[in-house]
Amino acid sequence: MLRIRRELVDEIVAHARRDHPDEACGVIAGPEGSDSAERFIPMLNAARSPTFYEFDSGDLLKLYREMAANDEVPVVIYHSHTATEAYPSRTDANIAAEPDAHYVLVSTRDPEVHEFRSYRIVDAEITEEPVEIVD
Amino acid sequence: MAVTVSIPTILRTHTGGEKSVEAKGATVLEVIDDVESRHAGIKGRLVKEEKLHRFINVYVNDEDVRFAGGLEAEVKDGDTLTILPAVAGG
Repeated sequence: MLRIRRELVDEIVAHARRDHPDEACGVIAGPEGSDSAERFIPMLNAARSPTFYEFDSGDLLKLYREMAANDEVPVVIYHSHTATEAYPSRTDANIAAEPDAHYVLVSTRDPEVHEFRSYRIVDAEITEEPVEIVD
Repeated sequence: MAVTVSIPTILRTHTGGEKSVEAKGATVLEVIDDVESRHAGIKGRLVKEEKLHRFINVYVNDEDVRFAGGLEAEVKDGDTLTILPAVAGG
């Protein structure tokens, strides 16, 4: 299960709306071993695409060094789907390489109502999990 | 020649949980081969058809080797080689 504070959900959704119709992406880091999403880090989608996202390789290195220096891990890895449901694509599943992360998908296909869902992806196997939003 | 190789979480099953290992080599490929000699299975996760896997990033210090000769990129004593899976998808 993903437990996440409402303000972090709002940040993710706002980022996804801002970058629509391109996919938005980012991380919420938290202390290693805590499974607690704490620090919101929006990333640039280097692909600038409505159907693909990728962290810039230089940004990725900076991000992981910063997290390592803070004893943090990517607790949440999020991205948006802008024309389809908030479910990981086959590409998402094949590339996913953080078995301990919560993969959050946001869909902005509806301009009024967003979908916000979370998954574990291990060895390309997708398992949806409940999301508890805390105030 | 000793190079520090930083191992991402997903590959630490090959290194007994170690976050970094020491290795030797004058190129990225030689370093990977040296790591493979002690941590079997890791090379297959990084290299495909003698090229770096599309969704694996390797850096020598601050430089993405994709822009510096790929697997033939030069590595020097004291360098850090960082392996990071891409964060990407569709």
